[in-house]
Amino acid sequence: MKHPDSKRPSLPKRVRASTPRVSAAAAAIVEVGFIPVRAKLLEVAAFLDRVDRHGVSGDFRCVALREAAAVLVDGRNRRARRILEKFSDPTTEPDTISTGKAALGAWSGKLAPEKVRKPKES
Amino acid sequence: MRYIEPHGHMVSRTTDDYQAMVTAGCMAVCEPAFWAGYDRGSVEGFRDYYRQLTEYEPARAAKFMLPHFTWLCLNPKESEDLVLARDVLAIIPQFLDRPTVLGIGEIGLNRNTRNEMTVLERHIELAVKYDQLILVHTPHLEDKLKGTNLIIDLLRSHRGVKPERVIIDHVEEHTIQRVLDRGFWAGITLYPDSKASPPRAVDMLEICGRERIWLNSACDWGVSDPLAVPKTALEMRRRGHSSDFVDAVLYRNPHRFLSQSPKFRLGD
Repeated sequence: MKHPDSKRPSLPKRVRASTPRVSAAAAAIVEVGFIPVRAKLLEVAAFLDRVDRHGVSGDFRCVALREAAAVLVDGRNRRARRILEKFSDPTTEPDTISTGKAALGAWSGKLAPEKVRKPKES
Repeated sequence: MRYIEPHGHMVSRTTDDYQAMVTAGCMAVCEPAFWAGYDRGSVEGFRDYYRQLTEYEPARAAKFMLPHFTWLCLNPKESEDLVLARDVLAIIPQFLDRPTVLGIGEIGLNRNTRNEMTVLERHIELAVKYDQLILVHTPHLEDKLKGTNLIIDLLRSHRGVKPERVIIDHVEEHTIQRVLDRGFWAGITLYPDSKASPPRAVDMLEICGRERIWLNSACDWGVSDPLAVPKTALEMRRRGHSSDFVDAVLYRNPHRFLSQSPKFRLGD
């Protein structure tokens, strides 16, 4: 007999009925993960509404966020990796001077396009 | 459950955190040198910090039966002053034979500048000269991809660097594979707002495998969680991973890397 602690979260009956047969661990990814991720998606939506309402949607970080959000629904995989790449500085040479200690979360793009090269693939 | 916290800035934490970590199964903590939140103004400021890391902090951890090890360097955030950096690096060898010093770290880049690259190269030379393990910090957010590539190129250009003795930390989905492909170890840092969450960390383990990877909380004076590593074990078990998988990632992997230093010995 299994120790009770080894039980996976169980699915409600109506969910079990409509879900194709998957392992309990795989089902738990949705069962446990859906509500927190739904909340995060709403935060993204509300944030984009908020920056529109307050007239700051042109900030390069907001622009980058909208472009990154498009990756979510393009039907291709490796979404997390591709979103991180979208936010990244695509240049390859060290900077001459530091622009401050803290990164901002998205590349400002303040560089002539001819100096931008595609990052090396792994 | 047992685990090793291979990257925690414990000088920023309270003794309550030591107690909680030990209660959660922590068998050892390793503390890389870090930025204080402001730039230290003199070599003597660094000397005092290295004494704190090698004398006071191990004694504080010992009160909770927790072995404490450390890494020494000048943090990339303080690399713009090349004269100060040179003078600080000159005193580091005085501390390298202390019994809890594992290597040079966390070195690396912050904003990917030329001065940071210069100081990184000096640190690498120091590590090679004294046959030390290397722990590398990769930059934050939009700077991480470019910085990781610059760091890998610099490490690979140095003939004395053995990739299996280098861990490149704070990898994310866009950098982990290129680190592993070149023979280095990869560290995944669990942070509430940046770096990786427990679910994303387990995703990376599922995609890239569990070899040459460790998890850490990098807890410091910012928003961070000193129990992030043991909490990630719950996510692993929820996904159906075995207790052996959890033990391999949270304990045996960091133990294997860190044991390359003869000073890393635990009472187990």
